[in-house]
This record gives sequence, C-alpha cells and structure tokens, in this order.
Amino acid sequence: MAQITLEVVTPERTVLEQDVDIVVARGAEGDIGVLHGHEPLVTPLPIGELTYRVDGEERHLAIDGGFMQVRPDKVTVLADVAERSEEIDRERAEEARRRAEALLIEHKGTALEAQAAASLQKALLRLRVAERRRRHERPPQLER
Amino acid sequence: MASRREIRRRIRSIQNTAQITKAMQMVAASRMRRAQARVQAARPYAESITEIMADIAARPGAADHPLLTQRELRRIEIVAVGSDRGLAGAYVANLNREIARVMQRSPEPARVIAVGRRPRDFVLRTRATLVADYSGLGDHASIVDIRPVAEQAVEDYQSGEADLVYLVYTEFISTLRQQAQAVQLLPVLAPTENVVTGPWNYEPDNPGLVLQDLVPRYVEFSIYRGYLEAQASYHTAQMLAMSNATDNALEIVKDLTLEMNKARQAEITKEIAEISGGAEAIQATGT
Repeated sequence: MAQITLEVVTPERTVLEQDVDIVVARGAEGDIGVLHGHEPLVTPLPIGELTYRVDGEERHLAIDGGFMQVRPDKVTVLADVAERSEEIDRERAEEARRRAEALLIEHKGTALEAQAAASLQKALLRLRVAERRRRHERPPQLER
Repeated sequence: MASRREIRRRIRSIQNTAQITKAMQMVAASRMRRAQARVQAARPYAESITEIMADIAARPGAADHPLLTQRELRRIEIVAVGSDRGLAGAYVANLNREIARVMQRSPEPARVIAVGRRPRDFVLRTRATLVADYSGLGDHASIVDIRPVAEQAVEDYQSGEADLVYLVYTEFISTLRQQAQAVQLLPVLAPTENVVTGPWNYEPDNPGLVLQDLVPRYVEFSIYRGYLEAQASYHTAQMLAMSNATDNALEIVKDLTLEMNKARQAEITKEIAEISGGAEAIQATGT
C-alpha cells in the first residue's frame, strides 16, 4: 500500500516527519481517516488524539488543537502543542489533571471556567495518550 | 604627563573592562546561535500556515470577514517587541524610532502592547497609551507565553479599541544587518509572497468558520516569529557592540602602554642627564 508522509509541526519544532500507512484525526466534523491519494483538504483540529499506523502498529500523538492540511501525498498537522506518547511524563500529566480539576471547581460559574475546562481536557488527553503507550509496552501475552 | 603608577592603574582597569565585554560578546554569540536555530525550527510551521492563510483569504466570502476587512482609521495599536536590556549599539534606538514613526500615523494617540522593558520605557515617555506590559519574558519564551499578547490584540481589534494593529520588531537580515520594521497584523493582509495556493477543500465548508480558528493562530504565530527575530537581532547587535567595545579597550590599552613606556624612557633619560650633569660638575670643580 502506498504510504503518505505525515508531518507534525508546532511553532517550536517539527515533532514528527514519517511515512505512514494511515492517519486518523478527530476533525471538526467527526473522525477523518487519511490514506495516500486523499483529496486536498484543510480542517481545524480540536484538542484530541491523532493516530497513525506504521507497519501495522498504531501510534498516538496528543494535539492541543490546530489545523490539518492534506495533500494527496502529504499530511501536515499544524499543532499549537503536540506530544508523542513516549514523550509524555505520566506523573506530570496526572498532576496537571489534579491541578486542572481543582481549578475547575474553584472557578465554577466564573469567566475562567471555560479556560479551566480546556486545561482539564488537555490533561485528560495527555493521560489517555500516555496510557496507550503503556499498553504497547506490555510484553506480548502467551497464546494458550 | 601622568605618573607611571597612575597609567598602570588605568591600564589594569581597562583590561578588566575588555575582559567583561569579551565575555559578554561570547555569551551574546551563543544566544544568537540559539535564537537563529529557533527561527529555523519555526520555518515549516510558518510555511504551512502562510499557505493556508493565503489560500483561504483569496476565497469568496473571506474578504468580508471582520478580521480581514479594512476599517476607517481612528487609532493604531502597536505590538512593540524589543529587548529587556540595552548594551546593543543602536538596536534600541532604531526600534524606538520605528515605534515612533508608526505612532505618528495614528490620528488618536496610539495604544501599545510592550514586549520588553526597553519599548515599555520608551512608550511611557510618549503620548501613547501603554495598554499592556509583557516585559521580562527573557530569552526562552515559548508560544504559550506569547498567546496572551495575541489574544489581547485580536480582542482590542474586534472591540474597536483599535482599527489597525501593527507589529514592530527588528528583523534579522544578516549578522551585519538588522532592520527595525512594522508589519500589519490586523486586519490580516493575505500573504502574497512566494505562496502556492492549492485547490483545498475546507471542512467545515465555510471560510468564515475556519478563519475564526485560523486568524488568532496566525496573529499569534506572527508575533512569536517577530519575537524570535527580535531575539536573534538583539543578540547579534549586542555581540557586535561588545566586540567593538573589546577592540576599543584593547586599543586604549595599547596607547596607554606606549605612553607608560615613554614616561619610563623620559624618566631614565632625565636620570642619566642628572647623573652626567652631576659628574661633569664634580669634574669641573676637581680640576
């Protein structure tokens, strides 16, 4: 199967540039799967997970919102912040979640509520993506 | 002529100064390289976002988006990106001149968001209103630190506090040339330089909705890029200023050393003259 180049860039660095089999993103209007030869497309990405597959193995990125630009042979993801699952420090992510929860309770009903909710959403996303990696790392189970 | 001890003291003091300026030059050089690397690292993102912005701005329906429409000008807002410190030759003065130039074009006193202590202090001496002060961001500010600056600029434009928003910063052209310049942030001018527009489909298929997401990021990224350029320019200017200072100090040391040697020579000559004068006097009385 023809591969498509996935490039994930943030203003600060190029997070990933790799040939992959498929990219699945949570778009503004539902999940979008992109294969080689996809029609040109630009879509905003909300805070969410970006999944791609290389050699049958699924990998995950946490994206703090941005844009996806699709060409037939290349997908460019412009993210505000993007982290590969192996880059995420689980303990720090857990701590960020606790902090965000506390903030959300504190600012309930105030103007800061939406902001607190967004940071909670980001923290949860990070945890979820980090969790994915743990599953990958688990040694293969013996077939019985 | 100054005494030899006094000259020696001055030489030592100037040598100390030269040592300090030399050290500052090295530090500035390494910071300059780091800042340039960050400008490089931002390039892929810059290319993509510029491409999308150019394409979408050219779509029918995009032109009357409020963030892209020209309004009657009453007041200009300036995002002034400079440094926290000086010691960088004409860097600060050149930036201030550019800020003042843009201020003059505002019919009502301009509003300024200052990024850096130097531009802030400058604005406080003018008639312009300082609306926000983001000084002390330092060298390592990330785009997250820049975000509130962009949010405020977009908000001020949308609420009508300002009808035109400029970014004033120093563009890094080469190690020998940095140019203070003003770039229009809002309303967004569609980029026209070396852009490839593609036959993109948009999802949602409504340029207005995509712009709502895109423009704040575009503004934010423009300011961030300006900040990186300003950093690279500042450190380059400082490196050059310090290199000149070191050269000057060493030049003075050379002059003073010469002066000191002359003074010593004069002293010796004087002593010899006195001795031979004395000897002659003794000879004259002895005979």
